[in-house]
Amino acid sequence: MPVLSELDDIVSAIRLAHERATPLRIRGAGSKDFYGGLLAGEVLDVSGYRGIVAHEPTELYITARCGTPLAEIEAVLAEQGQMLAFEPPHFGGATLGGCIAAGLAGPRRQQAGAVRDFVLGVKLADGTGQVLDFGGQVMKNVAGYDVSRLIAGSLGTLGVIAEATLKVLPRPVAETTLVFACDADESIRRLNEWGGQPLPVSASFWHDGQLSLRLSGARAAVEAATRKLDAAAQPDAENFWLSIREQSHPAFASPLLWRVAVPSTASCLGLDGLRAIEWGGALRWYAGEPTAIRDAATRLGGHAVLYRAPESLRCLEGAFAPLSPALLALHRRLKRAFDPKGILNPGRLYAEF
Amino acid sequence: MTAPDHVFSTDRDALARRLQLFLPANCLLLGEEDLRPYECAGLTAYRELPLAVCLPETEGQVIDILRTCHELGVPVVARGAGTGLSGGAMPHAQGVVLSLARFNKILRVDRAARLAVVQPGVRNLAVSEAAAPFGLYYAPDPSSQIACTLGGNVAENSGGVHCLKYGLTVHNVLRIRVVSIEGEVFEIGSAAPDAPGYDLLALLIGSEGMLGVVTEVTVKLVPKPELAQVVMASFNDVAQAGDAVAAIIAAGIIPAGLEMMDKAATAAVEPFVKAGYDMNAEAILLCESDGTPEEVAEEIARVIEVLTVAGASDIRVSQSEAERLRFWAGRKAAFPAVGRITPDYYCMDGTIPRKRLAEMLSAIAAMEKKYGLRCANVFHAGDGNLHPLIMYDASQPGNWERAEAFGAEILELSVALGGSITGEHGVGIEKINQMCVQYATPELEAFHRVKTAFDERGLLNPGKAVPSLHRCAEYGRMHVHYGDVKFPELERF
Repeated sequence: MPVLSELDDIVSAIRLAHERATPLRIRGAGSKDFYGGLLAGEVLDVSGYRGIVAHEPTELYITARCGTPLAEIEAVLAEQGQMLAFEPPHFGGATLGGCIAAGLAGPRRQQAGAVRDFVLGVKLADGTGQVLDFGGQVMKNVAGYDVSRLIAGSLGTLGVIAEATLKVLPRPVAETTLVFACDADESIRRLNEWGGQPLPVSASFWHDGQLSLRLSGARAAVEAATRKLDAAAQPDAENFWLSIREQSHPAFASPLLWRVAVPSTASCLGLDGLRAIEWGGALRWYAGEPTAIRDAATRLGGHAVLYRAPESLRCLEGAFAPLSPALLALHRRLKRAFDPKGILNPGRLYAEF
Repeated sequence: MTAPDHVFSTDRDALARRLQLFLPANCLLLGEEDLRPYECAGLTAYRELPLAVCLPETEGQVIDILRTCHELGVPVVARGAGTGLSGGAMPHAQGVVLSLARFNKILRVDRAARLAVVQPGVRNLAVSEAAAPFGLYYAPDPSSQIACTLGGNVAENSGGVHCLKYGLTVHNVLRIRVVSIEGEVFEIGSAAPDAPGYDLLALLIGSEGMLGVVTEVTVKLVPKPELAQVVMASFNDVAQAGDAVAAIIAAGIIPAGLEMMDKAATAAVEPFVKAGYDMNAEAILLCESDGTPEEVAEEIARVIEVLTVAGASDIRVSQSEAERLRFWAGRKAAFPAVGRITPDYYCMDGTIPRKRLAEMLSAIAAMEKKYGLRCANVFHAGDGNLHPLIMYDASQPGNWERAEAFGAEILELSVALGGSITGEHGVGIEKINQMCVQYATPELEAFHRVKTAFDERGLLNPGKAVPSLHRCAEYGRMHVHYGDVKFPELERF
């Protein structure tokens, strides 16, 4: 199938697949092909449906089509001193649609929130080829179920995100990064202690005995926090955080990588292979054997994603932590509500649908 | 009343007998005099008497109630403190009210992890009070926070005066425990980020009791800022005040709170609260900064500069915590203050793009003449959420109908201006018709399919939040979707 650049063509392709009950694999830039479960079906390349539809700096939103590269969106926002506050990874040429579908946020997540926290509205082409508008462009909107936020992280299994509106925020006036030498346990302890104080912490990263802490906000606030914490400044901090966001930092260099989300105060899992700690302690990266990590994460009240691994292993283990039978049944019913024939990205989230 | 998709007919005595099997006498109300207090919530214009009120004390009882109602096909309306303003907790004539009032315990405050686990009947403010000894608080602060409960906040996705900076309920709840209509218990979300699977937490928050009944809530607590200060600015022109709001945002400032009140609102509030408002101003703005003392000083200086350029006729900065609270007291007491000068008032909740504010306010002024009713405006200006308070007298024939039509026109204009019919109060029964204007048939059908995925027989809070297509056809004012003719398959009457 060619690259599609019109909504009508996307809709026609879905309708045809719906009639024939043949699976489609939705693709933007393909920068996150590694993520999630099986890649099945004919490629529906929506990267041609692109462009910024509206950006209202004083209304704090941007609306763009799914194929718009994040780089283009962020460049337009930067001109007005604004940003996507959840700091999404680009992994090359990531598009807006893929960013929302994957729901992956970057280092600033611990301060600003997740992708879904910034989704104000989506235009969705569902699994029957029907175009649906949910949410809108205003900050507060509780009319109807919040389907727009449900779409974030659904990996294309509920519909093709044709267009989306995101809340945007001003860039912080000042930013500085401090470095501390400490082990993993001490880093978790400190991060939680700082988290309970009114400090402008916007990102944290621990790896191999070194903890980096980014402070962002008003100049006076960053300066006051820097004095209080009394640590060395990290040189070339901007590129450092870019390497965390893009996972080009050596900590992520492993063919088998687990993304483990836990309550921020959870102790170290007692397992080998801890590569990094992010998000004030709530996100831990491990390289290592499959099941032990998943069980340990569950025990601590969290969950483990098999993040980078050969497709065969991801299919065998499941990329995401298994759902309880009752929750799985509910997921299937929701899937059917938007995609009755199960043609959109089947198996990408869970093998069962 | 509503034209429901499902028609219910309940055998009251059979229902009572079944409930009595597992509910002690003090947990079940059946007599009319006992049921009367539950006939409405904060929106008193809509009333209905339920067949029974259940006041469970354990999750096991909640499960049994829901299973029983599911088996017998009886509607269930969950209720918190009953402070809601959209009639979301209005009972169903053939149904049961499930009050979570006795689920009023704070189960755990975890200082290190900065979270609290509470039952749904716990009051919003009680969470912050319990967290205060640790220098923490729960950020969403609806004006009704001394009375409204967390369960209700989850159902409505409640906001407050600080949500531009700190978010709505959906941004501050980490986990909920939910019982389905079939009596099944779901754990949704967790203290760990990015729970696996669909973001059901986002879907359930704001779902107005249509998808499940919440029995436990885990909320995020945040450090209390060291200092907060409010700038109060007067404007001789409402449009100028609206432009000042946009100018603050354009300057890259996200204040902790940004509120506007028009002259009618300050005139109602000032004699009541003595907040020190400028009675000559056409509009006043309240702009709060919080953070470290250095940060607040820096931001306040920038705000004053922007407001001066925007043409403020007077600017005052709170000089003490007592003065800051007094400035806010007026805003937070706006509803009761208006209640003092009119027999009844009807509060709207539309959200519009901030830049359309002046347009909306002049349209409301014209509507005051058209309907012969006065209106005071308070406005969460920072996030475009308008609360016009339409004053009327329910004892005068035709007065309520005019107020209702006035309100409907404001909501429909909110949609036309690119906004929403409800920012934080929910659709409930009140705005059910305006949902037909906000959304077209395909979206409404999708909402019904979502509902069916959770509650196939439509027993949870029937007739609320999402209108049936027949109801929209009857209402006659509809959203035009890509120029399609609406509801071609339905008869018009």
